[in-house]
Amino acid sequence: MMLRAENLGWTVRNTAIVSEVSLSVREGEMLGILGPNGSGKSTLMKMLAGILAPSSGTVTLKGQPMAAMPRRAIAQILALVEQHAGTAERITVQDAVELGRTPWLSAIEPWSPRDNAIVAQALADVDMAGMTRRHWHTLSGGEQQRVHLARALAQQPTILLLDEPTNHLDIEHQLAILGLVRALPITTVVALHDLNQAMNCDRVAVLDGGRLVQIGPPAEVLTAQIMRDVFNVRASFLVDPEDGSRVIRFQPLGLPAANTTLIKEEHS
Amino acid sequence: MSFFVSDQAPANRVSGHKRRIALYCLGALLLLLLAVAMGAAIGETAIPLDVIGKTVANRIFGAAYTLDPIEEGIVWSYRISRAIVAASCGAALAVSGAVLQSLLRNPLADPYLLGLSAGASTGAVLVTVIGVGGGMVSLSFGAFWGAALAFGLVALLAKAAGGGVSAQGTGQIILAGIAGSQLFNALTSFIITRSANAEQARGIMFWLLGNLSGVRWDDVWLAVPVALGGVIVCIWHMRALDAFAFGAESAASLGIPVRRVQVVLIAMTALMTAVMVSLVGSIGFVGLVIPHAARFLVGVRHGRLLPVTALTGAVFLVIADIVSRTAIPGQVVPIGVITALVGAPGFALILIRGRSMR
Repeated sequence: MMLRAENLGWTVRNTAIVSEVSLSVREGEMLGILGPNGSGKSTLMKMLAGILAPSSGTVTLKGQPMAAMPRRAIAQILALVEQHAGTAERITVQDAVELGRTPWLSAIEPWSPRDNAIVAQALADVDMAGMTRRHWHTLSGGEQQRVHLARALAQQPTILLLDEPTNHLDIEHQLAILGLVRALPITTVVALHDLNQAMNCDRVAVLDGGRLVQIGPPAEVLTAQIMRDVFNVRASFLVDPEDGSRVIRFQPLGLPAANTTLIKEEHS
Repeated sequence: MSFFVSDQAPANRVSGHKRRIALYCLGALLLLLLAVAMGAAIGETAIPLDVIGKTVANRIFGAAYTLDPIEEGIVWSYRISRAIVAASCGAALAVSGAVLQSLLRNPLADPYLLGLSAGASTGAVLVTVIGVGGGMVSLSFGAFWGAALAFGLVALLAKAAGGGVSAQGTGQIILAGIAGSQLFNALTSFIITRSANAEQARGIMFWLLGNLSGVRWDDVWLAVPVALGGVIVCIWHMRALDAFAFGAESAASLGIPVRRVQVVLIAMTALMTAVMVSLVGSIGFVGLVIPHAARFLVGVRHGRLLPVTALTGAVFLVIADIVSRTAIPGQVVPIGVITALVGAPGFALILIRGRSMR
């Protein structure tokens, strides 16, 4: 088991943000973490990444309790792409991605050609190889997100955690980032908002009010009932005639069911 | 996509890297020596460089050049020690500023942010005006412990307010520093208005703006080890400081033990600043602006930034001291006035040029 959470909880001022979450991340899988706003996705991600100490429960990484591991050892196994991490520094794309080598370099260990090669590869993987000298503040949101991903890749992690990596990106870059993440030969845990994008995960975990409601393959977990109970929407499942894949269509709970079929007919 | 990269032979590149670092260090040392020599040569009595060389040879290597004893005395007892302390002070303050700016992610952070200069001024007036210590302790002693006490209070307040790893944490440290500074500045003003006579008030004001005229060799043996040690500790943490670029959480996810690094570096900058303030008063501008100037020169990576900041700060303060001694004949202008008067236009120039470089 790569990464395991047992009875994980986080409480602030007597309000439980996350409670009693237990889950195991399997080697090589892409696990989606889903849930409405405020369901505790980000908090759970931070605890899984080891940068937030849980109020209760434990996280184990490759069988070791994370709380007892040095930060450096954790960062050599696990990388995190945060939501909205920005900087006011005049830092270049190259500088930002080179930060990914930090857990592998001691204070005086010189930068090696091997580090250069890893950074160049990470930049190429996110299709940013031609922009290394650009300054951070001149990049678009999508480019910044790709740089963050490249930095995480330069860490050469076996587990990659991503907190809503497609937030604020246009649809082209959403698909590009997720395609990239999915193609990585490593274990990934990704918090997502878009439930249709979650259909591409191997498994999904659904959080509601800080609790784990369901975990399993997306086709089994993302049912009309979960959509109603957790996300407060009515979902209908359509089939894309192009490749036969399932697409979820959402409507507010209040609308009568007849409307759905009407609109569906207009479209077909 | 090849995710993993094979090893390549790095040996000769690494030795080239070491040679380059050695060359830079040598260049920096020469520049520092030149600055100190200038500091010794220039003054109300101009002393030729060969006299300075011979004085140093006499005093350090036991050479037996015959020199004018007055000139030798000025060079050795006053100017060289003064220039060395100025250089140490410049390096320590500039590096402290650079480290705090990076750690707190605030471009306006400077070494006095954490209440140190305010505390030092309170300590200084307690000794000189109120007479705490009954004449047994020096102004420097009072200033140092005032700074240390203020820093301790600010640190406690920041901790109580929940400062630390989180994004808001750095904000709490800054706010605690502001509260501490205001409190101790008010205490200083209160003591001065209550108890000081005009002469004392003027003396304190002069000291607050920075004053190197009392500096002797004893001070060198304190300033140099503290500056050198502090700068080395900060450079040792260069990669950790780089990792703070995207915030403390990002640094943690890159394997940095955030809390430990914050404690070590803030304590180190506080120690450097407290010692320097106690020796020469609170010289402004250096700790705020030199780091920015260095960033424009060599970028934001601390492996280059910190050494360049240290060197620039050291040379800048030696030059500022020369100007402060020679600008008005027969009178020493407080060095803090010079650092701002010389530095502000210089910085403006860098800002304008930096804009066109973007």
